[in-house]
Amino acid sequence: MPEKKATTKKTESKKQDTKKVAPVKQEVKKQAAAAPNAAVGSTTEQKARIGVFICHCGTNIAGSMDIKEVQEYAETIPGVAFVDNYQYMCSTPGQGKIEKAIKDKKLTGIVVAACTPRLHEPTFRTATKEGGLNPFRFEMANIRDQNSWVHMHDREGSTDKAKDAIRIAVAKAALLQDLYPKSVPVEKTAMVVGAGVGGMQAALDLAAAGIKTYLIEADTSIGGRMSQLDKTFPTLDCSQCILTPKMVDVGRSPNIELMTWSEVHAVEGYIGNFDVTIRKKARGVLTPKEAEARGIVGGGCNGCGDCDAVCPVVKPNNFEVGMKPRKAIYINHPQVVPLIYTIDFTSCVKCGLCVTACGPEKRAIDLESKDEFVTVKIGTAILATGYDIFPIEKKEEWGYKRFENVITSLEFERLICASGPTGGHLVRPSDGETPKRVGFVLCAGSRDNTGTGKPYCSRFCCMYSLKHAHQIIEKIPGCIPYIFYMDIRSFGKMYEEFYYRIQDEGAKFIRGRVANIIEDKATKNLHVMADDTLLDRPIDMEVDLVVLASAIQPSADTNRTRKLFGVSCSMDGWLLEAHPKLNPCGTTTAGVFLAGVCQGPKDIPDTVASAEGAASAASIPIHMGEVELEPYFASCIEDKCAGCGMCVNLCPYSALSLVEKDGRTVMQVTEAKCKGCGTCGGFCPGGAIWMNHFTTPQIVAQIDAFLLGGEQ
Amino acid sequence: MSAPGNFTIPKRGPGIWQPKIIGLLCNWCSYAGADLAGGGRIQYPPDVRVVRVMCTGRLDALFVLKAFADGADGVLVSGCHFGDCHYLEGNYKAAKRMFMVKRLMKSIGLDDRRFRMTFVSASEGAKWGAVITDVVKTVNELGPSPLAEFNKE
Repeated sequence: MPEKKATTKKTESKKQDTKKVAPVKQEVKKQAAAAPNAAVGSTTEQKARIGVFICHCGTNIAGSMDIKEVQEYAETIPGVAFVDNYQYMCSTPGQGKIEKAIKDKKLTGIVVAACTPRLHEPTFRTATKEGGLNPFRFEMANIRDQNSWVHMHDREGSTDKAKDAIRIAVAKAALLQDLYPKSVPVEKTAMVVGAGVGGMQAALDLAAAGIKTYLIEADTSIGGRMSQLDKTFPTLDCSQCILTPKMVDVGRSPNIELMTWSEVHAVEGYIGNFDVTIRKKARGVLTPKEAEARGIVGGGCNGCGDCDAVCPVVKPNNFEVGMKPRKAIYINHPQVVPLIYTIDFTSCVKCGLCVTACGPEKRAIDLESKDEFVTVKIGTAILATGYDIFPIEKKEEWGYKRFENVITSLEFERLICASGPTGGHLVRPSDGETPKRVGFVLCAGSRDNTGTGKPYCSRFCCMYSLKHAHQIIEKIPGCIPYIFYMDIRSFGKMYEEFYYRIQDEGAKFIRGRVANIIEDKATKNLHVMADDTLLDRPIDMEVDLVVLASAIQPSADTNRTRKLFGVSCSMDGWLLEAHPKLNPCGTTTAGVFLAGVCQGPKDIPDTVASAEGAASAASIPIHMGEVELEPYFASCIEDKCAGCGMCVNLCPYSALSLVEKDGRTVMQVTEAKCKGCGTCGGFCPGGAIWMNHFTTPQIVAQIDAFLLGGEQ
Repeated sequence: MSAPGNFTIPKRGPGIWQPKIIGLLCNWCSYAGADLAGGGRIQYPPDVRVVRVMCTGRLDALFVLKAFADGADGVLVSGCHFGDCHYLEGNYKAAKRMFMVKRLMKSIGLDDRRFRMTFVSASEGAKWGAVITDVVKTVNELGPSPLAEFNKE
């Protein structure tokens, strides 16, 4: 809104309300004068000469606003020395325009009105630097993502908004200062949180690249969800057979320090220098190494299982989805890595039978063990926290947990697996009979807009259900799988071919969402009620067993862990990547990366690929040896600091402290700890804190530029 | 939420008042959410102008008052959801200050509905559109700020 210049002085002292805030302006001027000299170059004294470059972004911007009008307006903004426009400012010629203009027009600051700083700020900073200016003398006006794209057909509105955005950016650019990023060394160690197939792959890659890696797993053994599976689609490889070599490699790698039954407790620091505190949950059983540390030579758990045999407490085995008993001292399955028993202290009665059974030589059991906390220093971290099964009993119409013969796919995996509770014999939970008709309900809780389930596609259920169909045809002659589907999403390499194969093998496909499942009380058989949308008729199919391809959701501890590392999540709870297409492994926290399903549903090949991507990304800062931190540090304007210490308590990073200087108490900033949030600066009652790149004069100038016209 | 094709463009012209609203946004959540709204082509009225800071914790209560003194008809502060702050707890501290501003506005007789603090995450593009639409609607209903009136000749 190009109001002409008159309003400047009027606000100063007109009315009572205005008076209340008028001091801000004077404050600002004083503060500018008193700013620490280190960062303030001599150029601040010099009159600002700003170059404004307006990008068309093809028709993305130019299609929704009048670029010519915006340019003509920009030329009238005080402080603007040069205005230009170009089809694509981010292209080489576009950047060349910036570089040339800096030299030719002796510019002191650059404004590019284009997309968003979150996309192209680095590009234009580099161009600014190439032109001979300090890269931090660049400011972006967002006229695409927050303007032309959201006011597509509102030409007048978006043109006016673009003019204001440029005026606001110019006001800031005029006050920008030379800043210099700080280089910090990077600790040559990494951490991977979660030891499923993704976490293991990431840790193995990092280890192979010569980086010491801590692999943290909350469960008692590694392998994650993949170790619970029987076969993998579409190759029908045995899941354990292809996973165990990796598990063994993890256990043996000299560069991997494996911590099972452990979780991240606290995270401090920043890229290159994280201090992570790990809670090692009380295990009750000593590893040979721990035993040796206690002076028990040749002792510690060797996995013999004598304790398991005598333990009187019986609990459901979570690894077998509760379908098999385990003792209070247990291992998940025979192939566990590491082969160390664990006491479940929530159920242990401390009878001491296991201690006797373990014997005086090994002395591996310590019933008094407590949680331990270890703090390690790492350079970068990868989160691979995986998924849980959506509690499908919430979809009451399918009767899970009400009807015995309705099971989830994960239960099916354990029942069909040779190492599972039934030795690989698929049976009906109600009577132990072999089913002859099995119904598979796809999209059970996925693609569900009712609010009960999940709106997203869980991505691998179609394929594993096809695999399940194959497995029952293979194992139980005469058994017919009925697959109730919405769409079969067989998107991967050789997946569609696998789909055809299962059709040829005799699986029956019924296109329709299952509305209801009813149990026959006498036979415990199930009636699956659906609407066959291809034949356009309702269906009532009697089957012996129903398998629900349940949706997946982020694992239970994901939310707590992500907050510790400062990683955001999307609306459905999956962790948020830095860019969905171009930076799917990165996060907005520098030095923290994502691998596998924690970022969104993925099958095994995609999980492994994403883990390798994350490992590669996480190894880059470590191999570079140092990283540059954005120089948005706070500093103290000592003349104005009263030494009250309010800011010291506000700082979430303990970066601030009070020191004695020339007989006065003033605040001091430890730059390495400061992350530049500005919480101190937003509060300081004396205006004594200078926030680089987001200084009070800069922000106030932006506010004034919008509301008063821009010539303050 | 309107698609670009069926979004009603606000009426403009002589005698139709346009509100001046400033949005102070944190870089990590709300600014990113606003960008996402752009990517999703979610249409909303163009009356809010945005100033980006790294964290809402950076915002001095005086910035909001300054905006009102300058004649802003509305001020929007938007940050991360509680517990999601990129800097751990900057948004809590901002919220405390902003509630103080609201109380002050009430006591001095400036309608506190002109000032709003919202929490929009980087994944909530649609919510951003809804928030802006509602902020603009509220300010439109309230009409020009009395301070802006004082500033006129």
